[in-house]
Amino acid sequence: MQVYRWTLTMALSIVHRGTGIALYVGTLLLVWWLVAAASGPAAYGHVQAFAGSIIGRLIVFGYTWALMHHMLSGIRHFVWDLGYGFKANEREALTWGALIGGIALTVLIWIIAYAIGGGR
Amino acid sequence: MSFDESHGSPQRPSMRTPLGRVRNLGAAHSGTSDFWRQRITGVAMTLLMIPVLVIIMMLLGRNQVGAAQILSSIPVAVILLLFIIASAWHMKIGMQVVIEDYVHNEKLKLTAIMLNNFFSVAVALASTYAILKLSSGV
Repeated sequence: MQVYRWTLTMALSIVHRGTGIALYVGTLLLVWWLVAAASGPAAYGHVQAFAGSIIGRLIVFGYTWALMHHMLSGIRHFVWDLGYGFKANEREALTWGALIGGIALTVLIWIIAYAIGGGR
Repeated sequence: MSFDESHGSPQRPSMRTPLGRVRNLGAAHSGTSDFWRQRITGVAMTLLMIPVLVIIMMLLGRNQVGAAQILSSIPVAVILLLFIIASAWHMKIGMQVVIEDYVHNEKLKLTAIMLNNFFSVAVALASTYAILKLSSGV
């Protein structure tokens, strides 16, 4: 592998897999949340206490970023599947777009969430 | 005549066309159907992302009674069910690709693929059951 010059597109290919695996494991939180909502106030209270804690917020923030990044990075792969965006500058633009867009969307979602009172 | 399974021999050449032989196969021996479903579910989730985010925003800061009320409304339940089914399918295929790429021991690979199927189905079923239970109001 040493013969390859490490490029952004290569690094982001690994990040796409990494975020996919994180989202896979993170579905356990989604299941916990829905099952708790269906179970009753006590179970739902546990989810809310966890999601509201510092570690819980960090995990949900990380999950938001993983989801947004994986989505945009996936759209990038979809563009490639359709046969577009293979020129060097287009590849770079799509990759930077996924990277910056993922962070921007994550911050935007959390600003909206806090603005409507989710930070309570 | 069982020429269907045979790859042919000099004495008795295969009746199958080259296209017929490769159809539905490929590196994973399952052809391109998983590739295609991975794209369908990915596009579905992308289209559903804004409604799903809106639903999650609506639920923020509410207690169980308020959350249950929102989750049991028909459009919310249907959007979440679609998202969950697409997610579980997408992640099952994605994880299988990762396993096939990195796990080279055959027994370990088959075990991992089996566990991946169990996990993905369990996630889908548990979430679906929870939403249906909320919707039925039991």
